[in-house]
Amino acid sequence: MDLTELYQSVILENNRRPRNFRKLPTANRIASGNNPVCGDEITVYVQVEGDRIADISFQGAGCAISQASASVMTQRLKGRTLAEAEALFGRFKEIVTEGKPDEEDLDLSAFAGVHQFPARIKCATLGWHAAINAVHGESVTATTE
Amino acid sequence: MNPPIVASAPDWAALRADFPILDQTVHGRPLVYLDNGATTQKPRAVIEALVRYYERDNANVHRGVHELSYRATTAYEAARARAARFIHAGAPEEIIFTRGTTEGLNLIAYSFTSRLKPGDAILVTEMEHHSNLVPWQLLAERTGAKLLFVPITGDDGLLDLSHLDELLARNVKLFAFPQISNSLGTINPVAELCTRARRHGVVTVVDAAQSAGHLPIDVTALDCDFLAFSGHKMAGPTGIGVLYGRQALLETMAPFQGGGEMIASVQFDHSTWNKVPHKFEAGTPDIAGAVGLHAAMDYLDAIGRPAIAEHDGHLARDAYARLASVPGIRLFGPPGERGGLVSFSLAGAHPHDVVTFADQEGIALRGGHHCTQPLWRKLGVTATTRASFYLYNTAAEVDFLIEVIGRAARFFGG
Repeated sequence: MDLTELYQSVILENNRRPRNFRKLPTANRIASGNNPVCGDEITVYVQVEGDRIADISFQGAGCAISQASASVMTQRLKGRTLAEAEALFGRFKEIVTEGKPDEEDLDLSAFAGVHQFPARIKCATLGWHAAINAVHGESVTATTE
Repeated sequence: MNPPIVASAPDWAALRADFPILDQTVHGRPLVYLDNGATTQKPRAVIEALVRYYERDNANVHRGVHELSYRATTAYEAARARAARFIHAGAPEEIIFTRGTTEGLNLIAYSFTSRLKPGDAILVTEMEHHSNLVPWQLLAERTGAKLLFVPITGDDGLLDLSHLDELLARNVKLFAFPQISNSLGTINPVAELCTRARRHGVVTVVDAAQSAGHLPIDVTALDCDFLAFSGHKMAGPTGIGVLYGRQALLETMAPFQGGGEMIASVQFDHSTWNKVPHKFEAGTPDIAGAVGLHAAMDYLDAIGRPAIAEHDGHLARDAYARLASVPGIRLFGPPGERGGLVSFSLAGAHPHDVVTFADQEGIALRGGHHCTQPLWRKLGVTATTRASFYLYNTAAEVDFLIEVIGRAARFFGG
């Protein structure tokens, strides 16, 4: 396959300039994720107000897929309710495991090429797992293993 | 068996044809296999030795009296004698067959449980593979001994030996280190380290996983107490490895695993141990693996390990020198003499992305922490990309590697 199918411009661009890449001083939920196979590490900061994600940010080091996915995730989750966040993660998992793009969500659909690289699906979902753990207030470290 | 015929300089291109797996395309490109630090490919001579053993001689060893058992036992013990010659051990009894380097190191660590006490120390280096670190952490936990570290100098990946004697004097009982670092490519001065350790009465353990298939090894000249290596990193099968141990030391050591083969006599409530090396080989061993390893040792020595070391060391030095011109690259390990591998990081391109990029071009690289997480933490990187070479790699493959890494840097760095 052509590498640009995996590394779409949305992914390369978000990897070079990740959005919301910072600590969040107002965060009331924090969770970490790591991939012991490659050493990727991510920390997600969430400010939850009621049942809504008022603000969200992340920091970490990892491959383009994991960094871009976390960057896109923070943009898509800000302002969402917790239920909406879970539903969005469900849709994202379908995109990266089955390769079916969602025409209404082009940013998430940029990750559809990941399904052809099964070893990289964990990279794409690492930040999401950490975020969902954070909003549930679980102080566990998300791991891909 | 058809060992390669060698005149003066080996015909590397002809040797490459001995490895059937190399003749294939990956993602539509000719395979360029540069992950030899993880495992090497196997020549036809090794594959055929395995097939021949299973088709004609297979039986259990040391306990049958029938013809096939005799043949299997003879082949297994011949492999042991061959391994002793391969590293210039004093006697075949000093060769223990293991599953690989990791099991050999764990055997020593387990057996030394009764020899260490609180206040004692175990000395290792900052460049250890996890397999030459975690067994000692566990030993320290069991005994109350503490771990000490020989530091490295920085990105050039040399051991800082300026305080070695002070370290060795701190109640150190055991000093473990790699002959070649799997992450940095550093070739450590094993003979010097053993000599200095001996002056302090310290037992030495050499991790030869990355060196046994590349460099000539003479345990008598090195004067080490233990040396461990794996068959699969030196053209042999997976599942078989060697632990060399000084015989006088092995005689006094407690067994590792209990079971058949390792006993002399068994009562309901206690047993007595078989003699060395069988005391350390509980259960049915990997007989076919030993036979395959025998063929691999014959194959490598027909070429000559000095020639192999010169060949893959040259490829690594060439790759190191030329990668230096890739924008945003950071190279690890010594700039001069090195083992057959190169590790690097690229600004803006994570190793896993670089490996995926290279894989689409047919190049097999390794990206990640290479089981040396504490080392990378010290150097301030989480992961690197590694290209590791062997006797079948070519100068043209290095050319292609340099081209593809340059393209990857542009693709991700933008």
